[in-house]
Amino acid sequence: MALLEIRDVTRRFGDFTAVNNVNITIETGEFFTLLGPSGCGKTTLLRMIAGFDLPDSGQILLDGINIVSMPPEKRPIHTVFQSYALFPHMTVAGNVAFPLKMSGKMPDEIKSRVSESLNSVHLSGFANRFPHELSGGQKQRVAFARGLVNRPRLLLLDEPLGALDAKLREEMQIELISLQQEIGVTFVFVTHAQNEALALSHRIAVMNQGDIEQIDEPSKIYGFPRNRFVANFIGKINMMDVQVLEATSSHLKLVVKGLGEVTAPSKEGVRAGDKGTMAIRPEQVQILHHSEGTEVKDHFPGKIHDYLYVGNVTTYIVELANGIHIEALLPNNTPGQAKSFEAGDSVVVTWRHGASTFLND
Amino acid sequence: MQSSNFRLWFAAALVYTFLYIPLVIVVAYSFNDSRLNAEWVGFTLFWYETLFNDKEMLIAARNSLVIAVSASICATVLGTMAGLAIHRYKLKVLPILVFTPVAMPEILLGVSLLLFFLQVLNLTLGMVSIIIAHTTFCIGFVAIIVRARLQGMDWSVFEAARDLGASPWQSFRHVTLPLIMPAVVAGALMSFTLSIDDFVITFFTKGVGEPILPIQIYTMIKVAVTPEVNAISTLLMLLTLVMIIIATKLDSGVLRGDASQ
Repeated sequence: MALLEIRDVTRRFGDFTAVNNVNITIETGEFFTLLGPSGCGKTTLLRMIAGFDLPDSGQILLDGINIVSMPPEKRPIHTVFQSYALFPHMTVAGNVAFPLKMSGKMPDEIKSRVSESLNSVHLSGFANRFPHELSGGQKQRVAFARGLVNRPRLLLLDEPLGALDAKLREEMQIELISLQQEIGVTFVFVTHAQNEALALSHRIAVMNQGDIEQIDEPSKIYGFPRNRFVANFIGKINMMDVQVLEATSSHLKLVVKGLGEVTAPSKEGVRAGDKGTMAIRPEQVQILHHSEGTEVKDHFPGKIHDYLYVGNVTTYIVELANGIHIEALLPNNTPGQAKSFEAGDSVVVTWRHGASTFLND
Repeated sequence: MQSSNFRLWFAAALVYTFLYIPLVIVVAYSFNDSRLNAEWVGFTLFWYETLFNDKEMLIAARNSLVIAVSASICATVLGTMAGLAIHRYKLKVLPILVFTPVAMPEILLGVSLLLFFLQVLNLTLGMVSIIIAHTTFCIGFVAIIVRARLQGMDWSVFEAARDLGASPWQSFRHVTLPLIMPAVVAGALMSFTLSIDDFVITFFTKGVGEPILPIQIYTMIKVAVTPEVNAISTLLMLLTLVMIIIATKLDSGVLRGDASQ
């Protein structure tokens, strides 16, 4: 049985539908992420799982039992808040001991569990400090320890890394993964940062305006976005308006206006005549000098419009014959060389036939 | 620049002189070895001695203390609840209901309470009616202070308490109350100082029985102004000052109306 099942959950605030008929199933031990722009309903959904908000309709099942009418303190679900929400009048040890005290554990057990828990987040020496004496990263660790110490069935994390600077955030991401693997608690993580979601999760649910757009593994979400929103929201992607010329079980033949034909992997439910978008990631696009390109099957001539050197890679913007700009990301594997092409160079862009995706409108 | 700076200082000095000279005079003459508040004769503690032998005055002081302590306890409990409710439920009418008595002219409050006690409750005026009346106007002050402190706090702390397994009561007991405690104590002290020297409302609601300190002082002045009044005033001032200092020490936001500390 699934650990958590969200069944047909809808939540409205007046005329605004924050969460619209959402269905999600989360398995034990999973690191599950709700990803979406602010206002997409991910936090509202999280609050309903925690018990701070009630769905207007639908059920939330934990181990098969509907917990919708259960107050937050009765749910074996703990939350790590965006603002950490540490109790400012308690020490680090007091904060971590709080859930154990509330569940009526004996003082001896509390003591050993607290020190064990602080050990696991590398804060053993900080037991008697107060939250205001800690750095952002340390507060974050205390919040993790406090959320995990009473071994909840589910830990909810509401943008917990949002307030940290980039370098610290990366460190905490790695720590978070190992913490989750070590303890084996199921995580439901809310974020608007797509790279964080891709790095951390087993599965991601992409949300937009209260709806779930796609639930999949990170590589599937990135590689095979189901629609324009997902494609656009996760990473960078080139998109072109196309029409389906021919649809077979092995491939799709698409026509790009002003460019010609291109082949894409087949997709269920797509018929000849359908209009849509062809999407391709910049790192899948290859650039060849004009002279060497003619042998390749799908290829389009163009001119280097501009480029952006960022160290490990250089992004080239190529202007195609129909005036469309396409981005290509090339690794810089020759030290000291910033670019392989100059602005104005005549080139040919191409990609492997399986690298593009057709998205229905 | 220089001269405008000087003028500012001069104006400020004048204002403070105006405010504090009368108080200084009251204090000084309580130690004056003369019946008249006219000229300085010499230092004495005679008036304090007289004061502590004045039975009527001591009873009045005791009554006032009983009233102030009872009213501030009642007002603190009710005002804290009101402050929490105002912060928690964003009802527009609630703050108006709670804060209006703070702004209401005292004379109006006094008259309406008098009528309420006599005609509606059919209560015999005395200590109980004064305590109720004082509680009424102190609730608003406590609520303002408590609410100001809550406004400066991260609401997720209270949600975190529930989330981590605390019942509503446990969450109040272990998290909310400790966090608002400085404001609660400050509110209690504020209520105490407001109650102990309140004249108008006390006058309307006291009836004919027990002597109450501010009324007693007024009565003494009507008969003859003796430095004994200065002595009791000085003591009262001292008490109030101590309370206010403690209140501001506990919650530095009290006077500013916020709790950003």
